[in-house]
Amino acid sequence: MPQFDPTFFSPQLFWLAVTFIGLYVLMARVSIPRIGAVLEERQRRIDENLSKAAALKADTDAAIEVYERALAESRGKAQAMIKETVDRMAHEAENRQREVGARLAEQIKAGEARIEAAKAQALASVREVAADVARATVERITGQTPDEARLAEAVATAMEKR
Amino acid sequence: MASPVEQFKIKPIIPIEIGGIDISFTNSALFMVVSVALITVFLTHGVRSRAMVPGRWQSMAELSYEFVANMIRDNVGAEGRRYFPFIFALFMFVLFGNLIGMIPMTFTYTSHIIVTFALAFVVFLGVTVIGFARHGLHFFRFFFPHGAPILTAPILIPIELISYLSRPFSLAVRLFANMTVGHIILKVIAGFVVAMGVAGVVPLAFLAGVTVLEFGIAVLQAYVFTILSCIYLHDAIHMH
Repeated sequence: MPQFDPTFFSPQLFWLAVTFIGLYVLMARVSIPRIGAVLEERQRRIDENLSKAAALKADTDAAIEVYERALAESRGKAQAMIKETVDRMAHEAENRQREVGARLAEQIKAGEARIEAAKAQALASVREVAADVARATVERITGQTPDEARLAEAVATAMEKR
Repeated sequence: MASPVEQFKIKPIIPIEIGGIDISFTNSALFMVVSVALITVFLTHGVRSRAMVPGRWQSMAELSYEFVANMIRDNVGAEGRRYFPFIFALFMFVLFGNLIGMIPMTFTYTSHIIVTFALAFVVFLGVTVIGFARHGLHFFRFFFPHGAPILTAPILIPIELISYLSRPFSLAVRLFANMTVGHIILKVIAGFVVAMGVAGVVPLAFLAGVTVLEFGIAVLQAYVFTILSCIYLHDAIHMH
C-alpha cells in the first residue's frame, strides 16, 4: 500500500504543515471572527428586541393597572351616589306619606263631625214635623187645638218605640 | 484494471528538494491546498452578506461554527474557548479531506497514515504541553487515579501510561483505516459493476448504498477525530 511507503512521508508532512498552519491562520484571523461577529450581532439584536418587548409589556401592565384602579374608583363612587339617592328618596316618600295620612285623618274627623251635626239636625226637624202633623190631624178630627205639652210627649213616645 | 490501492498513490506534480529533503508538491499537497481554499471560501463567502436571517450558505457556515463551538463547550468547558480556532481548523480540515475524497478521481489525504498521524500527534503533543503547563508536575497524577489503593499503583500506572501514549496511534489509525477501507470497498465494488456486464446493476445498487454510507462515515470520522481531541483537551485541563 502506498500509505506505508516512506518516500513520500517528508513531502506530505511538509505540505500538511504548510496548509494546516495556513488554514489555522485563515480561520483564526478571518473566518471565525466574521462568523462570530454575525452570530454576536444577531444575538445582540435578539436580546435588544426581547428587552424592548419586556419594557413594552411592563408599560402595558402599568396602563392596565391604572385603568383598573380608575374603573374600581368610579364604580365605588357610582355605588355611593346610588345609595345616597335611594336613601333620600325613601326618606322623602316616608315624610310625604306621614303628612298625607295626617291630613286625611283630620279631614275624616271633620267629615264625621259634620255628619253627626246633620244627623242631630235631621232628627230634630223630624220631631217638629211629626208634632205639626199630629197637631193638624188632631185639629181636623176633633176641631180643637191639642195641648202642646201632651202632643210633644206623645210624639216622643212614638219615636221612642221605633 | 487498476489495483484498488492505486487511488492512494502519491504522484509528484512539482518536484522540490531542499537540503536533501524531498518536499515535492504532490497530488496529496494539491488537495490539501484545494481543501484549505474551499473551507475559506465556504466560510467567508457564506457570511459575506452578514444577513440577520441567514441564507443557505451562511446557515451552513454558522452551523459548522456552532457545531464545533458547542462541542468544545460541552466537552472541554469554558477554558476550551482559547483552543476553538485550532479545533475548528482541525475539524474542517479533516471533514473537507474526507468529503473531497468522495468525489471520483480525487485524492483523499486523510487516507494516509502519515497525515492522520501527524494531526493526531500535534493534538497529543499540544494536550500534553497544556497539561504540564496548567498542572506542572502534578499532571503526573493523571496516571494514577484519585482514591485508588496505593498497592494498585504498579499495575495502574503502566496501564494508564500505555493508554495515554496510545492515544495518538488510535486517533490516527481510526481515521486512516476508515477512509482507506471505505475507498477500497468502493473501488472493488465498482470493479464488479464493470466486470459483470448487465448483471452489474446489482453491485451498482449496492455501490450507491455504500456511497451514501461512506458520506456518513466521512462526516462521522471528522466528528470522532475532533471530539476525541476535545476529550483529551478536557483531560489535560481538568485532569480526571
